Amino acid sequence: MSLLPDDRASRLMQAPLHLDVPLLTGILLLSALGGVILYSASGQSLDVLLRQGLRLGLALAVMVFVAQVPPQLMFRWAPWLYVAGVLLLVAVMVAGDVGKGAQRWLDLKFLRFQPSELVKVTVPLMLARVLSEGPLPPSVLRVAGAALLVLLPTALIARQPDLGTALLVGSSGAFVLFLAGLRWRLIGLLVGAIAAAAPVAWMFLRDYQRQRVLTFLDPQNDPLGSGYHIIQSKIAIGSGGVYGKGWLNGTQSHLDFLPERATDFIFAVVSEEFGLLGVGVLLALYLYIIARGLYVASRAQEPFGRLLGGSLVLTFFVYVFVNVGMVTGLLPVVGVPLPLVSYGGTSLVTVMAGFGILMAVYSHQRPVDR
Amino acid sequence: MRDRKQESLLVTNRLVLALVGVVLLIGALLGRLFYLQVVSHDHFATLSEDNRVKLVPVPPTRGQVYDRHGVLLAHNQLSFGLEVTPESVPDMERALADLGEVIEVRAGELTRFRSLLKRRRRFESAPLRLNLSEEEVARFAVNRHRFPGFDVEARLTRYYPLGVSSAHVVGYVGRIDEQELQTLDGADYAGTTHIGKTGVEKAYEESLHGRVGYEQVEANAAGRLLRVLSHRPAVSGKDVYLHVDMSLQLAAEEALGAENGAVVAIEPHTGAVRALVSRPGFDPNPFVNGIDVASYRALQSARERPLYNRALRGQYPPGSTVKPFMALAGLFYNVGLATGATYCRGSFSLPGVRHVFRDWKRGGHGRVDLNLAIMRSCDVYFYEMALALGIDRMHEFMSGFGFGQPTGIDVGGELPGLMPSTEWKKTRRGQNWYLGETVNAGIGQGYWLATPVQLATAAAAMATRGQRVEPRVARAVVDPATGRMTPVTTRTRHTGPPESSRFWDKVIEAMVNVVHSPGGTALRVGADARYRIAGKTGTAQVFSLRGGKYNEKTVEKHLRDHALFIAFAPAEDPRIAVAVLVENGGGGSRTAAPVARKVMDHYLLGGTGASTADPLTGAAEDEEEGE
Repeated sequence: MSLLPDDRASRLMQAPLHLDVPLLTGILLLSALGGVILYSASGQSLDVLLRQGLRLGLALAVMVFVAQVPPQLMFRWAPWLYVAGVLLLVAVMVAGDVGKGAQRWLDLKFLRFQPSELVKVTVPLMLARVLSEGPLPPSVLRVAGAALLVLLPTALIARQPDLGTALLVGSSGAFVLFLAGLRWRLIGLLVGAIAAAAPVAWMFLRDYQRQRVLTFLDPQNDPLGSGYHIIQSKIAIGSGGVYGKGWLNGTQSHLDFLPERATDFIFAVVSEEFGLLGVGVLLALYLYIIARGLYVASRAQEPFGRLLGGSLVLTFFVYVFVNVGMVTGLLPVVGVPLPLVSYGGTSLVTVMAGFGILMAVYSHQRPVDR
Repeated sequence: MRDRKQESLLVTNRLVLALVGVVLLIGALLGRLFYLQVVSHDHFATLSEDNRVKLVPVPPTRGQVYDRHGVLLAHNQLSFGLEVTPESVPDMERALADLGEVIEVRAGELTRFRSLLKRRRRFESAPLRLNLSEEEVARFAVNRHRFPGFDVEARLTRYYPLGVSSAHVVGYVGRIDEQELQTLDGADYAGTTHIGKTGVEKAYEESLHGRVGYEQVEANAAGRLLRVLSHRPAVSGKDVYLHVDMSLQLAAEEALGAENGAVVAIEPHTGAVRALVSRPGFDPNPFVNGIDVASYRALQSARERPLYNRALRGQYPPGSTVKPFMALAGLFYNVGLATGATYCRGSFSLPGVRHVFRDWKRGGHGRVDLNLAIMRSCDVYFYEMALALGIDRMHEFMSGFGFGQPTGIDVGGELPGLMPSTEWKKTRRGQNWYLGETVNAGIGQGYWLATPVQLATAAAAMATRGQRVEPRVARAVVDPATGRMTPVTTRTRHTGPPESSRFWDKVIEAMVNVVHSPGGTALRVGADARYRIAGKTGTAQVFSLRGGKYNEKTVEKHLRDHALFIAFAPAEDPRIAVAVLVENGGGGSRTAAPVARKVMDHYLLGGTGASTADPLTGAAEDEEEGE
């Protein structure tokens, strides 16, 4: 598949719907593969597959809708959306629903809404605007302001507590800064500051979060408790070997040894049933989507679009990296799904909305300025 | 003025840099996956298999126990029980309280259950209720969701159809306890919950138990078994066929009536135990799944001691029943008195000793030879005989007949009794032997103790003219799958004078006279017999009335003497040897001898409706010699 936007098919699609066909193809291929995996991981439940299909349809609709929005409009709405996101986070803190020991949900009678998902988009949106308004690379003052804009929602989410989302929101902001040409000296300084803040952050962590980190460092320490997930996941992956045990034949997953197999740990199911070859194909597909996404971002007309698009693509990569890193025991257990494959709706919609934004900043070209 | 081009380039550069980072990190993930899936594949594949496959032991079905005629004495009954796995019960007390609304659980069962919980292996279930009715099973099934960790399970429960009558022979099985767990072969008993505790059940445990089978099953993380991958079937335990004739056993029990005591009947030439009765008995069935504490305590503290196996473990002074053996010893050691005679004045004293040894007959028996001394049970004759023999020769001779040592009967638990000697007294008591003690031993009193099974074995050895055969309760072990029969073997030793010796005739003739000649102490039981009986009465003193007069009517029942009788018949071709003990029965001739007579009648003349077909060969069983 060509990375170039100039072939006929993409032109045809691009014109009416502002969609990037190569990127869309990658997304659809990945979603199809995800369906195949989910069918196995859910214990061959057509019901689960159907519901995931409906969610995917909804998410694609959101993507198509967002792709129609001109970047100028996004630029203009960025502050309002940002403020709305932060206010909703505060609302969750005050009146949110408690689910699984964390306050993440806002009950709006007809639907349960997770404001932190919205913030995943509004933070890079706001930061892209703030940074693209000034010259690049940004001044120290602007960087400091931007950092505060990232820290506020990140801290609110971390308090819910939702470490995974906080990580994604924080990194989406960081990516905008990085892409804006943040000087290496400043990058070094920020990394140093984060490292220095780590012990302080440790004090603010909840017990179960600390446990996760400790478990990550030594899973054998608690093989039946929190270390169980990682141990069983590694067994699933390792026993898959090069060729895997075959579709629907994963013993670790089908005999319930693997926890959260349809959601956060679905990558272990892929590894067990399709082996190294299977996960190679899966990771190649992700790499293709990311590469195409970065290319698309680089072809955006305005710095705002490039920063925003690039940040969203890189955040998408963080999903993949953190999830796979967690499942393979490289990283601590943080609740981050494998995008487009894991069962679940909210993050799917957010990811697709991100792709919609990416396509929008690429396809809405103003003819004059070029 | 902003340099748009420069800024574009900067962002593009950073995007390229980011792509490089992404590629590198995905490479790192692939490296990690390579390590897990290729380098460590074998390790994780093994772990995965261990996760998946569980080895589940399949306990074998325990073998059954039959009597001589194929009457079932122990078998396995399918019953529904309510089993509880405490590890899966969130709140035991509440669950037990709630359960009361669904199924009745009596207080006794509850206490039994609680004590079982303390002794059970981890993750092993313990029965709360046994023998659930179908209605109770259904009622529980409806409410099952309320009781996690509670399951109705169909299992085979050991059952003893003859209950009390078989208890002291067959014994019973019970749950494996902590102590047994230490010594058992864990692999062999994986999945087995019960083990033989006493009697045949214990002695033939190895044959009855069978061999454990295994199923390789796929299990999920919750331990639920999904499918069987492969299996090695359990090998059922072997059936044990006994020599014991339950109809004879019941006849002996009936003959004892309400008295406490023991009856042992042995076929002299084969050592086959035809009856082994200890009264009172107890119902072994409650022991199978753990008897409740109150019932157990009641059994233990009862004065009649029903759990006490008198036949094997009751050690009594053998009294006058030793006199034929004393006479034989006299002949064997060529003691002058044995071929001569003495004059009995009703008492005997040693020079320089003030104690007077009395004869049971106050006036004395007058002139007595060997025959009369046995017939009338003259004490003075045997006081003198004992002195002439000396305790150590007595010890040697009596040991040959099995006194003072276990008979070697196949069911365990028997006690050795005691045959004293100078050496025994020195090493055990640290004292010298006194002549007076030899005199006492001459009539089976003093230190001398014997068990009923010893007396029966000794009587059998007399009947066979010196063939001492180790008694056997079990006849053969049969593999139910192949029908292959393995006979239970025994050992035979010769003791006393050679078989052809005239000494035997003299003593046996005297024993016949005890039962059949005028003046014999057991004349009453022999008067109308259709075969000739050789026997000897005996009395074991419980309570010594020093100098006082023993009057049965004035002495409390539990202080009365024990009545003893040993016999074999027919005297000229003995087919059965019997020892009877009646606790506190007074004189042997009046209470013990009639019991022996009834047992021998039943055995030799045929009881009412006893089957005669051999359960193992199917042949009619009239010629016993064939065995």
